[in-house]
Amino acid sequence: MTIRPGSAIVNAVGSVVAVLVALLIGAVVIVISGQDPWEAYRSLAEGALGSRRGRAETLVYAAPLILGGVAFAVAARAGMFNIGVEGQLVIGGFAAALVGATDWGLPSAIHIPLAVFAAAIAGGVWGFIPGVLKAATGAHEVITTIMLNYLAFRLIAYSIQKRSDWLPVDDSVQGTERVLDTARLPIILDATRLHAGVVIAFVAAFAIWFVLFHTTFGYKVRTVGLSEGAARYGGIRWGLTIAIAMALAGALAGLAGAGESLGLHGRHSAVPPGLGFTAIAVGLVGRNHPIGVIFSGLLFGFLSAGALTMQAEADVSRDIVLVLQGLVILAVAAFEAMNRLPWFRALGTPKTPPGGDRASDTGMSPEIESRPAPPAI
Amino acid sequence: MSDFFTVALLTAILRSATPLVLAAMGGLLSERSGVINIALEGMMLTGAFFAVAGTHWTGNPWLGAAIGVGAASVAALIHAFWCITLRGNQIVAGTAINLIAAGLTAFLIQLIWDRAGATDSVEQLPDLFGTVNVLVFAALVIVPLVHFYLFRTKQGLHTMASGESPQAAESVGIDVTRNRYLAVVASGALAGMGGAYLSIGNLSYFTLDMTAGRGFIALAAVIFGGWTPFGAAGAALLFGAAQAIQIEAQATSGFPISADLLVALPYLLTLIAVTGLIRKSNGPAGLGQHANAH
Repeated sequence: MTIRPGSAIVNAVGSVVAVLVALLIGAVVIVISGQDPWEAYRSLAEGALGSRRGRAETLVYAAPLILGGVAFAVAARAGMFNIGVEGQLVIGGFAAALVGATDWGLPSAIHIPLAVFAAAIAGGVWGFIPGVLKAATGAHEVITTIMLNYLAFRLIAYSIQKRSDWLPVDDSVQGTERVLDTARLPIILDATRLHAGVVIAFVAAFAIWFVLFHTTFGYKVRTVGLSEGAARYGGIRWGLTIAIAMALAGALAGLAGAGESLGLHGRHSAVPPGLGFTAIAVGLVGRNHPIGVIFSGLLFGFLSAGALTMQAEADVSRDIVLVLQGLVILAVAAFEAMNRLPWFRALGTPKTPPGGDRASDTGMSPEIESRPAPPAI
Repeated sequence: MSDFFTVALLTAILRSATPLVLAAMGGLLSERSGVINIALEGMMLTGAFFAVAGTHWTGNPWLGAAIGVGAASVAALIHAFWCITLRGNQIVAGTAINLIAAGLTAFLIQLIWDRAGATDSVEQLPDLFGTVNVLVFAALVIVPLVHFYLFRTKQGLHTMASGESPQAAESVGIDVTRNRYLAVVASGALAGMGGAYLSIGNLSYFTLDMTAGRGFIALAAVIFGGWTPFGAAGAALLFGAAQAIQIEAQATSGFPISADLLVALPYLLTLIAVTGLIRKSNGPAGLGQHANAH
């Protein structure tokens, strides 16, 4: 493996450095607020990793972030900035809970897959819309996905408040009715909240890694993300590819919602969880690579799982974790900026064509990043 | 029905629209200079929080509002530094600012007031003519000012040139970097003022996530309004009206339109607007581009 800017090893090191820098700045914030950062981080780590239950919680928090992070990554590989992970996630979780709470007398072997499938379809449709709008009209996906987030929130709120006549929803708890036992994802570790949705997350991440890097479709997605022109020149249908990639991203986010509804909470609540926005950070820190996303998802899950213990033991507000997550994004962005500096690039082997694996920097479309397009393949 | 559209409703519309108009003017300046600003939400939240904190510290709501506007400008300065100097991805930076603003305000509530969720009450900014807050008038004045600035002053035209074609602007000696910094920091100040209106204009305290997506609606208003000051202000007024009528409609039995449909209206209209079905949706051509691409 050559050490050059943009390569997997440099990206991985960059992400680790970015996380460390963010933790350091976080420590400064904690010091300024008059508390002990060492004690804060120690209790955070102890809460997340120090016990069997803590380790299970880390995985439970990581699962939707890994799926959401991969949902962001797949879209990013196709050159689409998917801010709509949150909307796709909630609409998927809502669909899963509706199917899961409806009593058709189905056995688990059918009810669970049906509810999970409903989530993937609902999320997939919510992802497909911005994809197809971009392909057909050029509408910028950042705007359309933001709008679709709020439309999802409104649709769910409306359904819960007004449509109890024909949907299994309960206005008094601001959510759906409880998911029936036949549709609950089973707990896979006794006396913890570790549910089978965690397995779905890992399997999906590996499956997407395979699809992206070892199938023709994945090749098309990555080509489209690198250069629309090159893709068209090579005979790839740009519009179709981004629409399918976005639908796939939405389906993955929908699965994240399914895990929350069918595995963790047992219902879907109308309050947006914000997981979809954290998932964007997870995707970015994982460099839009499904395996990288697994690691960054575990890191963010670790932070969330330990936050309560930190608040209880070190008396540092758990909200510092959100600040840390934001700082990680800024640090990753700063590292990427460095990646583009001439002296930093010169550290790499000069023979490497600068076009290289561009998408591994950010996976952002050349249009957004305004980088020169790599030479036609 | 005839009782419905009253003076009370009109002031309610103005109240809902004011934070949207102020933030939309900020978003407009930033977008016109070529910097995508999805961090408006975080800047509003920062402004709302520090307006309360500033009033709490100084005991004076005017100073509090100034501190809120200043804090939001600092958030904007960070956005500008990442987007312009470091040439980082503008949407990534915006996402980060939004996350940090949400986390930091929650963290600071805990730290300063030692409880979660909401701050104590502080003194409000004064109302004029009875019930209309002073910042509502500020919003009404700022719209024509932004129009005049962009289209009638040299500095404003340079800002727009930086947004349309940064390379061309640079080649005729316009300092694109300086113009963009100014525009982004101004957008933070205006978004912060919108946030301050929410916390110490309309209410007297700060609650968690009190902007509730208004920064994104303001951005939608900029786009729906075709990237012009009066267009964006009109859109913000329309979206504010949708919110206000929704609240009124919930209290009025037999209102003909579903209230939920009304609150979804801004998002639906913007979604349709960006597809160009109503009319061509033309943003600044150089949006997101850097001055000297390499």
